[in-house]
Amino acid sequence: MFKPVALCATPLLLTGCTGALSTLDPAGPRAANLATLWWVMLYGSALLFALVMALFAMAYLRPAWVTRITPAQWIVGGGLVLPIPILILLTGTALVLGEQLLPRGDAPLRFGAHAERWHWTFTYPDGREMSDEVLHIPAGRPIDVAVTSQDVIHAFWVPRLGGKIDAIPGHENLIRLEADEPGTYWGQCAEYCGPGHDGMWFRIEAHASDDFAGLMGGGQ
Amino acid sequence: MSEQPSAIGLHKQLDAIWRTPPGLAGLSSVNHTILGKRFMMLALLFFAIGGLLSMLIRAQLATPNSAFLGPEIYNQVFTMHGTVMMFLFAIPMFEGFAIYMLPKLLGARDLAFPRLTAYGFWCYLFGGSILIVAMLMGVAPNGGWFMYTPLSSKPYTPGINADVWLLGITFVEISAVTAAVEIFVTILKMRAPGMALTRMPLFAWYMLVTAGMMIIGFPPLILGSILLEMERAFDLPFFDPTRGGDPLLWQHLFWLFGHPEVYIIFLPAAGALSTIIPVFAQRPILGYRAIIAAIVAMAFLSFGLWVHHMFTVGIPHLALAFFSAASALVAIPTAVQIFAWIGTLASGRPRWDIPMLYVAGFFVVFVIGGLTGVMLAMVPFNTQAHDSYFVVAHLHYVLVGGFVFPMLAAIYYWLPHISGRQSLYRLSIPAFWLILIGFNLTFFLMHLTGLMGMPRRISTYPSNWGWDWLNLLSSVGGFILTMGFALVLADMVLQFRFGARFRRDPWQAGTLEWATATPPPSYNLAAIPHIETRADQLQPARIGPALASGNGYLGFARNGEQETLAVDMMSGEAEQLIVLPRRSYLPLWTALATASFFLALLFKLYWLAPLGALATLVLFLFWPISLGSKSDRGPIDIGRDLAVPPDVEALNNVTVLANRTALVMNGTLFASLLFGGLFLLVVAPNWQGSNAPNLPLWTGALAMVASLSAAGAAAMAARRPGSVLPLRAGLVAAIALQSLALILLALSMGTLGDPTGHARQAMPFVTLGYAALHCGLGVIMAAHALWRHAQGYVSARRRTELVLARLWNGYAGGVVVLALGLGALLGLDGVAP
Repeated sequence: MFKPVALCATPLLLTGCTGALSTLDPAGPRAANLATLWWVMLYGSALLFALVMALFAMAYLRPAWVTRITPAQWIVGGGLVLPIPILILLTGTALVLGEQLLPRGDAPLRFGAHAERWHWTFTYPDGREMSDEVLHIPAGRPIDVAVTSQDVIHAFWVPRLGGKIDAIPGHENLIRLEADEPGTYWGQCAEYCGPGHDGMWFRIEAHASDDFAGLMGGGQ
Repeated sequence: MSEQPSAIGLHKQLDAIWRTPPGLAGLSSVNHTILGKRFMMLALLFFAIGGLLSMLIRAQLATPNSAFLGPEIYNQVFTMHGTVMMFLFAIPMFEGFAIYMLPKLLGARDLAFPRLTAYGFWCYLFGGSILIVAMLMGVAPNGGWFMYTPLSSKPYTPGINADVWLLGITFVEISAVTAAVEIFVTILKMRAPGMALTRMPLFAWYMLVTAGMMIIGFPPLILGSILLEMERAFDLPFFDPTRGGDPLLWQHLFWLFGHPEVYIIFLPAAGALSTIIPVFAQRPILGYRAIIAAIVAMAFLSFGLWVHHMFTVGIPHLALAFFSAASALVAIPTAVQIFAWIGTLASGRPRWDIPMLYVAGFFVVFVIGGLTGVMLAMVPFNTQAHDSYFVVAHLHYVLVGGFVFPMLAAIYYWLPHISGRQSLYRLSIPAFWLILIGFNLTFFLMHLTGLMGMPRRISTYPSNWGWDWLNLLSSVGGFILTMGFALVLADMVLQFRFGARFRRDPWQAGTLEWATATPPPSYNLAAIPHIETRADQLQPARIGPALASGNGYLGFARNGEQETLAVDMMSGEAEQLIVLPRRSYLPLWTALATASFFLALLFKLYWLAPLGALATLVLFLFWPISLGSKSDRGPIDIGRDLAVPPDVEALNNVTVLANRTALVMNGTLFASLLFGGLFLLVVAPNWQGSNAPNLPLWTGALAMVASLSAAGAAAMAARRPGSVLPLRAGLVAAIALQSLALILLALSMGTLGDPTGHARQAMPFVTLGYAALHCGLGVIMAAHALWRHAQGYVSARRRTELVLARLWNGYAGGVVVLALGLGALLGLDGVAP
């Protein structure tokens, strides 16, 4: 039931934020956009945090610098003028980015990922079904995965390729992913689903277009 | 009145009336000071238990491939950690604090319903014990603290574990519900005369808004728990997608509670900060009105962003954008408060003391939590961070920053009020640094752990993902944090034993609670002051002695009765004299009967459960016996040359207000139920081709007419309190008609079709059941009014019971109409696609 992950995963030399499941080590355009959004928000937050801490510290350490700020300036400046433009900009950007990530427009290849405690079964555009915890996809082009569940709620997450989507019994959710290069991309169940939750790994194997076509054509 | 006794003589007289004797008689206490302390002590005990569980979690996760706890145990441990911290620690802690503090802060001698306070405490104790005992027996809940279905449904959690959560937590929530109503009513009605709403200390404003949020926020959770327990116990398919239910309904109901819950926990803590910071800034709070506007805005917004916990469930992106924007928007009222606090310090003459150290810790930790909160509100980023350790980090920054650090500041600020002794300072400073460093080491790294892909709630992990060193350091930090808390505990114990005694008001505060002697006497204030300025700018050290010698309202002992005042809600003009009920074992007995009901359900003794419910109801009927008056007394002297009528002779008294509040709460529960029915109709799978429920037109129409007529009859009785015959005829008619409606609704429930077959039958089944139950309550309230009238407690001026009968029968009438409406809608042929 619990996959011997340690045996089948190539030991990685880990530096900084890289890792086979790291969202900060993106391997596709979608994950890359999300990582960029994160870094921008991180720097912005660090600035805001420093500002608040500096003002708090000045109240004690350099009171002369801040005593002349009037109550209205504190409330209107800090409570409205400071956050509102930032929030509008950020929410707007996130909305546009979110729209771009949606599975819409020209229909790419559509795969299926069916969760059942505690493993995944994948289906292919030609209808084939395989439950060996590996999903083969073509690299360099977007694909859709229709995520469903047999029993409880699970979530389908391949951090290096994009965000996650829940697998909910009775519902079908679509997520669009894309890998830049051929390679192995690890995924896992992200929604707690019972005692086998920590072993619900899977892999996405991305292949060059020709190899993928061969794989699909060569199968039974 | 006889001539004025000395301050000590007055103390003896009042204490004789208000005190709870030592020993076993303590079980009968209804005093808010005693019960507030009990709430807080118990909450701290649960905090320790929750902390111990977190240590188990960190021990398990410190190293990869750990075999310390298996997944079965680990799942119970993390579920209990979250459950204990949220439901058994955070909420009861601030409730206990509000129970202890509000009357003193507002200038009342107790809360509006002292026996209800005691009943709430027992429910909290018994409900919490169910969870802890279950854990010790190895059958603790294991579905995660938000209990997502279908994982928590019968097929996937066949054992008792999920029932322990649903029943135990619902039992505990009784204390939250009673506390919310009581706090709301007390703040609105029981302030010192002259304390208009616009003069109220900010903490009371925060608690007023918090109580209002609890009144709207808790019913969805309680409803969800009831529905899920009914699904587990009786197989009614509300959440089962194969039979027309939907697991997403649970998520909506849970987070409809769960998100406001975060603000319900934060606001009391922020109220403490708004009280403490001006004292140490040595100037009044900056932006009093802006802060009130901010907390009201926060309360409204908090109900519009629950879906941000559900960004990955597959809701259309544009709908998510609305919740994303609302989630971002909530940063604005938060920022208003943060800058008002910093501005208060900056424009005052700030001094350091231990409480300010923890306030500084609050700023560091909470601001980070707020910033990551804005990040998580962004849908695309959320799809990566959701359900990862990034979220674990965020929620601990928000809750520890927004609740635990302010709580520690409040402990160091107010513990002298409880102990009558000052802090020792030796341990407080190292404790603070251990907590601050330990906390940040544990949780700051978790942001990165999450971004590196570690999902929450995994019991172990292999060593090849790069998470090893992060988890090890988090575990080390966790143990440092625990040492800090242990030092705080030691510090508190030492303060009680060795702290120096002090005269009034050690901090030079400006709020009324410091005008009491410390530790506070059983009656709080020997006289109630008249408030002429904003009530956070008083001089407790000066007015305290004057009040102690009886200069003020009610500065005397009269008839051995527990007297306090009610005021006009807005202006704070003295309005009524309240005589509070004495200490009693009834709350304990009633809570024990309630416990028998919950335990019967837990152990599936379904024949016993109705008996437990009946025993609870019968015991509640004993509560009013000691209340009220058989004669009209007219205005009574309250001192300062003022006379006001007793509250039983006023229409807008605390009892009526509390019942109106309870009905709003009840109405929210019913609205959530209707929402559930419509949600399943629109969203749930497997409705195509389902059988329509069969709801005969004539029974429905007749039930509706009967219930509405009962409401009309009760209203007529309430309008003619003076004349015996129409009054009795009206009440008898209400009883008869409401009983008829009850029977007809019960009959309709039988004709709907098998409620275990499909949600399309189950939903109208419970909705009609709810309506029938409220017809029954209408009968009881009308019968109660009739009985009180026969006993002589009701007159043209004393008509509270009649108003209650009118309110509850009117509510029942409305519910019957809407319940039948939902049944009819789900019964339409074309309605299921």
